[in-house]
This record gives sequence, C-alpha cells and structure tokens, in this order.
Amino acid sequence: MPILGADMQAGTLVEWHKQPGDVVHRGDIIADVETDKAVVEVEVFMDGVIEELLVKPGQQVPVGTPLAIIREEGKLTGPPTQSAPQHAAPQATSAVSPSMAAQPHRRREPSAGIGQRVSPAARRLANELGVDIANLVGTGPEGRIQLEDVRKASTATPAAPPPDRAVRMRQAIAAAMTRSSRDIPHFHLQQTIDMSRALAWLGAENERRPVADRLLYGVLLIKATAVALNDVPELNAVWAEDHVALNPEVHVGVAIALRGGGLVAPALHNANKRSLSELMRDLRDLVQRARAGSLRASEMSDPTITVTNLGELGAEAAFGIIFPPQVALVGFGRINERPWVADGQVVVRPILVATLSADHRVADGHRGSVFLAAIDRILQEPHRL
Amino acid sequence: MMRMTYREALRRALREILEREPRAFLMGEDIGRYGGSFAVTHGLLEEFGPERVRDTPLSESTFVGAGIGAALAGMRPIVEVMTINFSLLALDQVVNNAASIRYMSGGQFDIPLVVRMASGGGRQMAAQHAHSLEGWYAHIPGIRVLAPATVADARGMMLAAVREHDPVFIFEHALLYPLEEEIDEDGGPADIDHAAVRRAGEDVTLVTYGGSLGKVMNAADELAAMGYAAEVIDLRTLRPLDMSTILASVAKTHRAVIVDEGWRTGSLAAEISAQVMEQGFDTLDWPVERVCSAEVPMPYAKHLEDAALPQTATIVETVERIFASNG
Repeated sequence: MPILGADMQAGTLVEWHKQPGDVVHRGDIIADVETDKAVVEVEVFMDGVIEELLVKPGQQVPVGTPLAIIREEGKLTGPPTQSAPQHAAPQATSAVSPSMAAQPHRRREPSAGIGQRVSPAARRLANELGVDIANLVGTGPEGRIQLEDVRKASTATPAAPPPDRAVRMRQAIAAAMTRSSRDIPHFHLQQTIDMSRALAWLGAENERRPVADRLLYGVLLIKATAVALNDVPELNAVWAEDHVALNPEVHVGVAIALRGGGLVAPALHNANKRSLSELMRDLRDLVQRARAGSLRASEMSDPTITVTNLGELGAEAAFGIIFPPQVALVGFGRINERPWVADGQVVVRPILVATLSADHRVADGHRGSVFLAAIDRILQEPHRL
Repeated sequence: MMRMTYREALRRALREILEREPRAFLMGEDIGRYGGSFAVTHGLLEEFGPERVRDTPLSESTFVGAGIGAALAGMRPIVEVMTINFSLLALDQVVNNAASIRYMSGGQFDIPLVVRMASGGGRQMAAQHAHSLEGWYAHIPGIRVLAPATVADARGMMLAAVREHDPVFIFEHALLYPLEEEIDEDGGPADIDHAAVRRAGEDVTLVTYGGSLGKVMNAADELAAMGYAAEVIDLRTLRPLDMSTILASVAKTHRAVIVDEGWRTGSLAAEISAQVMEQGFDTLDWPVERVCSAEVPMPYAKHLEDAALPQTATIVETVERIFASNG
C-alpha cells in the first residue's frame, strides 16, 4: 500500500486491474486504491509477472502492506549455491510496495511488524474483518497470532462504521496541516507582480492557437515557479532530520479544490522541463481526474513543491501552510487592475500578489526573496517560457 | 444387514467374484490347501478347485509377474502376497511392468490385476513382517492403492477392484482381520475414488487410513470428552489421493493431524501435509501435525512395538498440544 499523502496511514483497495499471471511493465496501472482523499491509480515500478494478489478489493490495509507479489523474470532466487543449480527456478519473487520503491527518501516503516508470527488463517481472517494485526498480541507459540486472537480482537473492538468521504478528507487535511503548522517553522514573503506583459503575450499566443489548445495564465505561473527553482533549488527539497536533501526533479503539486469540499494537490511531473502546451494538457487532465477521483499513486506522492492559485474568484493573496514533506508553497491571488507606477506615471495594470510560504529550516528570507524575484522576472519574459 | 468379520467379508467378496466372473482366479502362497496365512481364502480351494485357487511357490516376483501376464491375456487374477515386506521382491514386476505396460504400449493393454496383502504392525511380528509400506506403493503412478479400514470397505473395495482396468493394490491391515461389524451383505462395489468422513467435527481434522482408523476414532472420543470436536477422515484410497475431502475439512477446522503407520520421512503423511500447505495454506491456523511410526525397524518386544506405532494416546496428546496454545 503506497503512501499517497504524508499523513496517510491506510488505504482501501478498490479494484485490481491485473490478475495473477498477467505480465506487467513499469508504469502500468495495476490497481485502484482509495485514500481519505481520493481514489488513486497504483502504478507498478518494475517489469514482471503478477504472482499473487495479497489484498482483496474492499480490504483496508496499513501503508507499507504488500499488495501483490510480482515475479521478476530472469532473476535467480537467493545467493548462488554450491550445487545442482539446474533445478533452481530462474526467477525471483518479491513483494512490492510500488511507491516505496520509487520514493526512497519518503520511505517509512510499515506498520505491520517485521518478523511477526501470524498463522495463515489468522492473517486471512484479520484482513477480512479489518483487524490490524500489528496491534495484536499472539497467544500461540512464540507469540504467534492465531485465529482465536483475531476473533477476540474483532469482537473486542467492533469496527466503527467508516466515516463518509468528506469527513475523512477533512480529517486527513486536518492531520497534515496540524503537523505542518506544528513542525515546520513557516515564514511568508510576498511579491507584487505586474502581469501586463504576461497577459499580453498570452492573449497574442492564444489568438494563434486553436481554441482547444489555448493556455490559461495559471500554467504560466506553474511553469514560472518551476523554472525559478533553478535559482533557489533548496526550496525544492525535504528537510531530512538535520540537513537539506534536494530533489533532483521538479514536480509541482497543483492545489485543486474538489466540488464536495476539500482539496488535493497532485503532481505535474517535471514541470520545469515541459512546454506550456504539455503542461496545459496535463493540468486539464489532472483537474478532470482529481474531480473524478481517479488520480494515480505517483501523482499523489510525488510533488516536491506546491502551487496554489486562487484564480479569478479568489482573494488577493494566499499565505498557505506547507504540505509536508515539502518545504515550500507558492500562492497566487486574483489578478486585479490596480494603480501602478511606471516611468513616473500612475497607470492601470493587472496586478498579481505572489506569496511564498517556506520552511525556515531550509531557507531564509533572503533566498525566499530571490525566489519570488525570479518568478517576477520570468513572468516579465513570458515568451521564454 | 449382517454381522461378520473383515476376514469373512473379504472371503465372501472373493467367493462372489469367483462365482460371477469366470475369468477370475486366485493365486498366492499357501492360499489353497493351507487356507491362507490370514485364513482369508479358507475353504475356497474345496469350493472352486485348484484351477481357480492356485498355490504358488515362495517367489513373489514370479507369481506377481504371472498375474500381470494373466491379466494381459484377458484373465482377472487376484494375487495374494502374504505380507507387505515380502512384496518388495515383486517391486520390479509392479513398477516396471504392472504400472508401466499401459503407458509403454500406448494404451493397447489393460491390466485388470488385483494384488492384496497384509500390512502393518501391532502383533509382535517384528522387523520383517510388520511394516507399513503402502506409502511406497502410493508413490507409483499407474496403479491404484486401496486401504480398506472397515468391514464394509473390505468387501466393497474388493468387488470394485476386480472391475478396474488397471492394477489395484489392496492393503489389509493385519490387525483388522478379526474386526467385526454389521454390513449390508448385498451391498455392491464400493466407491474407490473418495475418502470418507467417519466422524464430523469442527475443531481439528484427523486424517488416517487402514489400521489406524480405530485408534483415531478412539482418540476422537477422548477428545470429545475434553470438549474438542475432531473430524475423522478415512483416506480409503491412497492413490489417487482425494485431497478435496481433506482440504474441505481443513478449511472448516483450520488444523490437521495426519496419523500414518508408515515411517515419518517421505511418508504418505508427508505428501498430504505438503498438499494441504500448497492448496490450503490460508486455511491453516497451525502447522500440519503428523503422528507416524518411529523410524526404526519394527521392534518385537511388546512395549517397544507399542512405543514405535501411533497410538490413541499420542494422537490425543498431539491435539491437546495444538489447543493448549490458545487456552
């Protein structure tokens, strides 16, 4: 069960897209998983053959629980032995938790105890009843958890009816934001940006594009943010206990409000390297899927920085709370026409307030200022995006 | 219904076969004039004559081979090999001919051969007359292996065996011959494809066959008095194994103990354990347990022989140990 959000503890398997015996390739969608926030698609990060599905649809399991066993073709089991290798199966099986393989810097201990003894029947019953084996004490030999232990646990704590989706999403946001506010020393900077050049360029650009390919200015803001990280890479990082660990790639999480309330911030991958057209297409797709509840696991877990754009109906400025384990969040308010001084004249200009919420453990006000200034500078040269 | 012994039931079945089936004949050591070492064939020579009840020399390889030849030629030979230890002399005929000829001839030949013999310990017959080697026979593809544990099965399995087109080996536990039970004396051939649930229960599955069935049923009684409901499965047919009956039971009880008078290593009990693990892993709440014979030649001394064989007490202790873990 991949970690699809910093405070995710468990997920529910909704549906398998592959069956035992199916060949899978890196990037294939093998399952849908429901988290507190969304139904997301789980990708596989290896090539192989599905050996066994370990979790049934409807089961909720802790983060880190293997969902399936994938057999990698062409690997030997175990270390080479001194004799009779002709009978060794030329294959290796491994239990794979996809996001953990892909996200080493976010790896967490799975909640189920390693080396815990559980009888096969008890393990199955626990899954069926939704009993968390990690919390049980076995009464069998050497603490083995047996059927009776699971039965007792399930009757002792009748499973509470699952709260509805909106409630769970609120709880997930509450947990993440509380942790962030408690653990991350935030500081906020704001920069007022003249958007006249960017909007003029965008208007002209859209004139020559077919309607379906037209760009929204929000894409310029996302790309500008991603590119500005070249100047201040420490804002695209994690705080790893006692040092800054830079992320080699820029995946911009885009805050998307959901119709039923709440929000998700899935990733636009490699936003600094992709064209505006590509980003626009991906953003449309992302928004559509976020609202349909079909995001992929990697999209939920990959963002390295978040952009929240309040848009045309929003307030003037957004001072956000960072989404852990990221260290920065960039907020963009509504573009308003405002008096602006240019060349000694007061003129009317479309004005945007950009804000930075940053983790003071990794960056200081000066570097934050450099970052916001870079965004401003980039937006003054929109043709270069 | 009629009360009779296991021995009588076998004799009645043989008589019925000889009366009804002109191609059938009996062959073996001391089965005619002496009436059989276990008196199964007693009186049949007088009744059917020396053409149909034939005494043979002490040469197991020869008369098992002769049985195979007769079966190939269209007869219905029923060969008695006194005891299982002696049958090892005929293993070449069993493996290389009886079990293989249909295969090697591309299916051209039926081998409707029945071979029966006594097996098992408990009568102080010591290390050359008392082993349980049925598991070895159950290893051989191409033959069917039966182990009647009840009087009804002794009769019904014999009637069924003689109708088969491939070799059938029947292992009669030597302690069972005097066993007396009520049976339907007009009952036809028995089902020889399935195991039988001899006692239903929810808590633990006891799998056994042949001479151990009585011990296991006694153990189930004792366990019931302790509050544990044991389900008892009599394998009946050792090859091919009816795993579905076993797996269905284990799926219900989550625990299995296999009682097998064979030596533990490489035993039929080992095979069943492996298959339960392979096909019923998720149903198990406890490792499959085995109660087998000690890995020694069968002792002569009574107390040592008792200690070497599975006993009711060891079966009960094994089950108690399983339940002790959960209080």
